[in-house]
Amino acid sequence: MKKKQIITRRAAITTGMAAIGALIIPGCKQPMPPNYGNILRMGDNFTYAAHRALLPGQSLAKEYSFSDISSMPATGTINPADSSKEYFSENYEKHLRTGFENWSLPVEGLVARPTNYSLSQLKSFAARTQITRHTCEEGWTAIAEWTGLPLGTLLEHAGISPKARWVNFYSYDGWLDCIDLLDAFHPQTILAYGMNGKNLSIPHGAPLRLRLERQIGFKSMKFLEKIVVSEVYIDPGDFGWAWYNGF
Amino acid sequence: MNTSGEQNSIKAKHKPWVKTSHWIITLSFLILVFTGIEILMVHPRLYWGEVGNELTPAFMELPISRNHQRSDWEEQIPFFESQDSPVSAGRNGEEEMFNENGWGRSLHFLAAWFLVVTGLIYLILGIFSGHFSKHIWPRLKELTPSRFWNDVKDHFRMKISPPTGGPQYGLMQKLSYMAIIFISLPMAIITGFTMSPALTAAFPFLLEIFGGYQTARTIHFFTSLSLEIFLVVHLMMIILSGFKDQMKYMTLGK
Repeated sequence: MKKKQIITRRAAITTGMAAIGALIIPGCKQPMPPNYGNILRMGDNFTYAAHRALLPGQSLAKEYSFSDISSMPATGTINPADSSKEYFSENYEKHLRTGFENWSLPVEGLVARPTNYSLSQLKSFAARTQITRHTCEEGWTAIAEWTGLPLGTLLEHAGISPKARWVNFYSYDGWLDCIDLLDAFHPQTILAYGMNGKNLSIPHGAPLRLRLERQIGFKSMKFLEKIVVSEVYIDPGDFGWAWYNGF
Repeated sequence: MNTSGEQNSIKAKHKPWVKTSHWIITLSFLILVFTGIEILMVHPRLYWGEVGNELTPAFMELPISRNHQRSDWEEQIPFFESQDSPVSAGRNGEEEMFNENGWGRSLHFLAAWFLVVTGLIYLILGIFSGHFSKHIWPRLKELTPSRFWNDVKDHFRMKISPPTGGPQYGLMQKLSYMAIIFISLPMAIITGFTMSPALTAAFPFLLEIFGGYQTARTIHFFTSLSLEIFLVVHLMMIILSGFKDQMKYMTLGK
């Protein structure tokens, strides 16, 4: 009698594909950013769906000790008050001249109580301090201590609506970017006003920046100007970079 | 001299699933090398440990782009009072830097998906179909120093056997295939995972086994170098043993 193959090639491939599909499909139920018909953005979205489906949602990024703190370059925009630069912001220059005294952060959109939070109000919330690694898309890394309030605290204080799906950030140097609610309510996602025991310096995003520890560095937006909570994805257009950067 | 078993296996041709995965992985690998070089060109410095950036010393600086040893920085400002305090400095002239990571990174990870998924299917089929135990894993009696030495000598004398059209491999050939299937490719994938902030949050042991992000990045580079050396030797052997026949047997040829 001929020995029957337990696992045929066809069975192995179809089972494998079905297993991968079953794992990925639940991830697709959540709203996705547009792919602009671009195969690279489709790949990015696949990675996003796979990470959301396969990885534990609230796992924490590694935290380091004080002695691990390292030198850290400030890249991208290093001063929005520099009038020689394309990213120059008149409003930022005004705030910088007055020591951010009149600076405030509007939290708008799908929240019950849209509020302008002053810096001292933000500092009155229970703070979180974390020593984490900044991982730049370029390939360099740096470790620093960040102090701020959890983004989740602020969103709850403003009364985030159950319909909300995205948290959008606007910056003084002209960026618009968003994160999903899983990242927004992650315990290490903070709005940082302190770095290495001092107020956040201008090159690192004063007076307030995002720290998003499970994505690549540029997602941690500097020079925050406004937060808007939305149900639909506010589309900044395809500017040639991945929206999700867990890799 | 041949046992009947070996005579049987001489008739065996490359299986369709071996050919298909071979070419999917080949294409993914070439894209990964291309985009990998692009990504390295953006920051052509290598380090050990967790941390490495332009304000810390590198153990290796590669002159492969205009970002090599650039020095356009604002004044360095120490974070703390101490003498050896870490510093910060603003970067000037970023507009002139080389950076194509927008498409480079996305294409790298897209190709990586194809490599990882195809690689997994290949491993599962390789184990359960007996492909590894029959064709890749050397027989114990094959693994003698004299046999190995003879195989090495044959290679240096350019005595390369003509293709059999199937997986009847020499000893050195088996060992090098084993090295890339079970060591180099998995190492490239795992060190790649260790550079992902999302994956290391989920699997913190990745950073522990390699001793940090930058160590993983450096190993990723040298692993990729070993795979590129393999590719060159592999191509040389294909050409020396008959390029046309080899390509025929690995594609549509029966």
